[in-house]
Amino acid sequence: MDRPDVMEALQRLLGPAGPEIGCDECFDELDRYVDLELAGRDAEGAVPGMGAHLAGCPACREEHASLRALVAH
Amino acid sequence: MSTLATTTPGRAPLRSRRAPAASRTVTPHDPESRRWLRDLRGGGALHDDAVRRLHALLLRAARFEVGRRREALAHVRGDELEDIATQAADDALMGVLRRLDDFRGDSRFTTWAYKFALLESAVRLRRRAWQGREVPMEPESWTLLAAQQPTPHEDAVQAEVLGAVGRAIREALTPRQREVLVALALNGVPIDVLAQRLGSTRGALYKTLHDARRKLRAELTAEGIAPDWLERTR
Repeated sequence: MDRPDVMEALQRLLGPAGPEIGCDECFDELDRYVDLELAGRDAEGAVPGMGAHLAGCPACREEHASLRALVAH
Repeated sequence: MSTLATTTPGRAPLRSRRAPAASRTVTPHDPESRRWLRDLRGGGALHDDAVRRLHALLLRAARFEVGRRREALAHVRGDELEDIATQAADDALMGVLRRLDDFRGDSRFTTWAYKFALLESAVRLRRRAWQGREVPMEPESWTLLAAQQPTPHEDAVQAEVLGAVGRAIREALTPRQREVLVALALNGVPIDVLAQRLGSTRGALYKTLHDARRKLRAELTAEGIAPDWLERTR
């Protein structure tokens, strides 16, 4: 039985397992990714590695959530 | 994703950036985005009016970000938050105008412009929330977590992983990797706050974090930690 606090800490330490883009490319692609997501299209297919980066980078994840919420607003 | 073709276990490199935008500039598909570009690239009253409208748009985005973070900034006065939103919108306006030729037209212009204001706001607000606070760089929280005795029902593999991660943090990472990993991933320091304190950038620190994470995964694999267990931390 895993302790949730430990699993959470390990996830933060080990980060995403798959290949990911960096913060600069995340910013470059964020608008396209969000517009594709909101259009119900394959955003991850268009920007491979974005999902993994958002899982591993809290700052970029927050900005993705904000942009998505603002555009959908 | 050419850099991924050479990926080996424990070493998943960050992708390199795309080709310079100037070589890929295309005409936006939607009429509203085309109007924005035409007006901002034009001259006279049309241009001035477009810049005013753009600033209003960016200020709206900046206030939106302030609103999302208001709870965490309850100790900050409202007029200071409004100042932060205005400064963020001003800097975002400069950024958008400076990088207008980077707009590729594969999103709506307003979505593209919003992200500048959200970034400027978020960076300022994260730094404001940590203003005057010490940035913890030591792995005390990990020591506390790992020192707890496993319960009778606890997964034995998890206890083994805890020990292996602790060793890898101490022995396998460079001092810089350890410092960045501990601050960001263990102690929850926002990356923009750490970048400011260390005189670095978000991109450079994330690269260091990424390399440290790959090294930890490689160490765990070398110690025989089951790959299916590591998959659970995706």
